[in-house]
Amino acid sequence: MNRTKSLVLAALLGAAVPATAQTINGAGATFPNIIYQNWMLAYNQAHPDVKLNYQSIGSGGGIRQFSDGTVDFGGTDAPMTDSAIAAIGGNVLHIPTVLGAVVAAYNLEGVAQPVKLTPDVLADIFLGKVTKWNDARIASVNAGVTLPNQDIIVVHRSDGSGTSFVWTDYLSKVSPEWLQKVGKGPSVNWPVGLGGRGNEGVAATVRQTPGAIGYVELGYALINKMPFATLRNQSGNFVVASLESVTAAAAGAMKDMGANTDFRVSITNSAGAQAYPAASFTWLLIHKTYDDSAKARALVQFVWWAQNDGQAKAPELGYAPLPKELRPWIQTRLKNITAGGRAVWKGPATE
Amino acid sequence: MTSLPNLPIEGIPSGRTSRETRWQSLLGADRSDRIYRRILTGFALTLPALILILFGVLFVESLPALKKFGPSFLVTSTWDPVAEVYGAAPMVFGTLASSFLALLIAVPLALSVAIFLTEFSPRWLRQPVAFLVELLAAIPSVVYGTWGIFVLIPFLRAHVVPPLKAVFGWMPFFKGVFYGNSLLAGGIILAIMIVPYIAAVSREVLLAVPTSQREAALAMGATRWEAVRSAVLPYGRAGLIGAVILGLGRALGETMAVTMLIGNRHDIGISLFQPAYTMAAAIANEFSEATTDMYLSALFEVGLILFVVTVIVNAIARILIWRVARGAAVGSKAL
Repeated sequence: MNRTKSLVLAALLGAAVPATAQTINGAGATFPNIIYQNWMLAYNQAHPDVKLNYQSIGSGGGIRQFSDGTVDFGGTDAPMTDSAIAAIGGNVLHIPTVLGAVVAAYNLEGVAQPVKLTPDVLADIFLGKVTKWNDARIASVNAGVTLPNQDIIVVHRSDGSGTSFVWTDYLSKVSPEWLQKVGKGPSVNWPVGLGGRGNEGVAATVRQTPGAIGYVELGYALINKMPFATLRNQSGNFVVASLESVTAAAAGAMKDMGANTDFRVSITNSAGAQAYPAASFTWLLIHKTYDDSAKARALVQFVWWAQNDGQAKAPELGYAPLPKELRPWIQTRLKNITAGGRAVWKGPATE
Repeated sequence: MTSLPNLPIEGIPSGRTSRETRWQSLLGADRSDRIYRRILTGFALTLPALILILFGVLFVESLPALKKFGPSFLVTSTWDPVAEVYGAAPMVFGTLASSFLALLIAVPLALSVAIFLTEFSPRWLRQPVAFLVELLAAIPSVVYGTWGIFVLIPFLRAHVVPPLKAVFGWMPFFKGVFYGNSLLAGGIILAIMIVPYIAAVSREVLLAVPTSQREAALAMGATRWEAVRSAVLPYGRAGLIGAVILGLGRALGETMAVTMLIGNRHDIGISLFQPAYTMAAAIANEFSEATTDMYLSALFEVGLILFVVTVIVNAIARILIWRVARGAAVGSKAL
C-alpha cells in the first residue's frame, strides 16, 4: 500500500517536473517500425526519464501529422516534396536511420539458381512489354538456366507504400519510358499486373500464382525465404540483395550527395561496384527549431544514439545499417537544431 | 377509520388529500416524462444527424475532385496519382459486377437453405443448420480473404476454370487467362459471405407466411413443393427481395476479403477471369498514403459514390420489407 502510494507520488512528481521525464511522440512509415520500437524500448531502459512512442501509420500519415504538429517527429520512406517543406516554412530535417531494399520475388517452378535481370528488362516486364519467362532478353543473361515458356504475371502493391516509391523510383531511373509513362510515387498507375495489399498480399499472390513476379521488402523476402532476382547495377555487376550490398548502395551514393546534403536523396541505381540498385534510406523527420528545449534535446540525444548504438541492432532485425561515413554529416545537422534561438545539443563530447 | 394510503390508484376516486397528492405526483410525472422524452428524442435524432454529417463531410471533402473532374469522374478509367488524374469508372463497375456476381451465386443457395429450413427440414435439423449458416456471418473478413488466397484460388485454378473454359470458353465472360486474383474469385468469396444474411432474413420472411396459405394450397391437392412455389414464395416475395437487397448492400461495402482476391486493377473487362477493383477496396488501400489534396479528395468522392449507392440499395430494401409487413398484417386480419 505504502509502496503503491510512493510510486504514484513519484509518478506525479515526475509528470510535474518536465526536466526529469520526457514523452516524445512520433508517427509514420511502417517499414522501420520494428527497429524503431526496438530502439525506443532499449533507449527507455537505458534512460528511464525519456519515453518515446512511435505509431506506424504509413509515410503519408506520418508527414501529415508531423506537418500538423500532432507529433514531435515523423518517419517516412519517401522524402517530403519541396512544396510540402515550403508549406511548413522549411522547418524540417530528414535524418536517415537505416536502409531498406526492395527485391523482385518470383514464382518459377524448377528454376533453382536466382534469375538474373537487367534493369531494362525489369522495366519492360513491369511495363508489360516482356511477357514470357523464356524471352530472349531474359535468356541472354541467364546462360545455363532453363526458363519455362510461361506467362509473366506482374504483382504490385495495391496500397500506397514507400516500397512502391522505391521500386518506381528505381524503374524511373533506369527506363526513360517508365519515367514518361508511369513515373514514381507511393501509388502509381500500373501498366499491367495484379495488386496485392501489403508485403504479405504481394508475397501471397506471388506464391500462389505460377509465373508471377512482384516486389517486396528485402527483409520480408529473407524471412519468408522467397527466391528473388539478382539485378544488374550501374557498374554492370549482378548483385544479390543483402544487407551488405544495401549498405554499399548508400556508401556509393555519398559521393553524389556531398557533405551539405539535406539527405533527401534517392540512392536507387547507386554507383558503387557492389551496390544493390533498389535500395533506399528511411528517414526520421525532425524540426529545425523546437519550442521546448528539454524535449528537443532528449529527441536529438535519442537520434544520435540510434546512429551509433542503434545501428548494431539493425542486421539482426533485417535492416541494413547506415555506412559509418555518414555519421559526421548527421552530427552536423543535429548540432544545428535550436530551441529559443539556442542549439539544444553540442555533440557527443558534452554527454 | 384511517384514510386510504396516498397511493395514486387508477380508476379509484379518492378523498381530497389523496387527490391532491395524486395531482402533484402526476404533475411531477409529467415533468419527468417531458425530460425523459427530450432525452430520448435527442438520442434518437443523433443517428440521423450522424448520417447527415457523414454525407456532409464526404461531400465537402470531395468538392475539389467534383469541381475538377465533374461527371467524367464516373466514366473515365485512368487512376493516376502521379499525374493527378482520377476516374472511378473501373471501381464503380467492379463494385457492381462483383456484387451482382455474388448475388447470382448466393441467392439460389440462400433461398434453398431458407426454404429447406422452413418447409422441408426435419425439426431436429433446423436449429443446427440455421446456426451453422449464421455462423458464416461471424467469420472475420480477413479470414475469408486468406482462405480465398490459399484454398479457393488454387481450387478454382485446378478444378473450376479448366472445365468452364472448355464448355463456355466461347462466351466473352470466360475469355482470357485466369491469374487467380479475379472478379470470379472476388464474387465467389462475396457470395459465401452474404449467404448467411440472405438466408437468415429469408427464413424469417418464410416463417411469417401464415400456415393458412400452405394449408389452402395443400387442400387443393398441391404437393409440398407446389405449395411452396405457388403459395409461400409469392406471399413472401417482397420480403425475399428485401433480403436479397440487404445482402447486396453488404456485398457493395465489403472490403478486406475482396481486396485480397479481386486483383486490385483499375480496369474494366467483361471476362470474369480478369482482375478488377472495388470502391471500398480502393479507399482502404490508398487512403493512408494519399499525400496530395486532390488525391485525398478523389478518394473522398469514391466514398461519396459508395455511400450514395448503399443508401439507395438499403432504402429499396426497407421499402420492400415494409410492404411485406403490411401484407402480412392484412393477411392475418382476413383470418
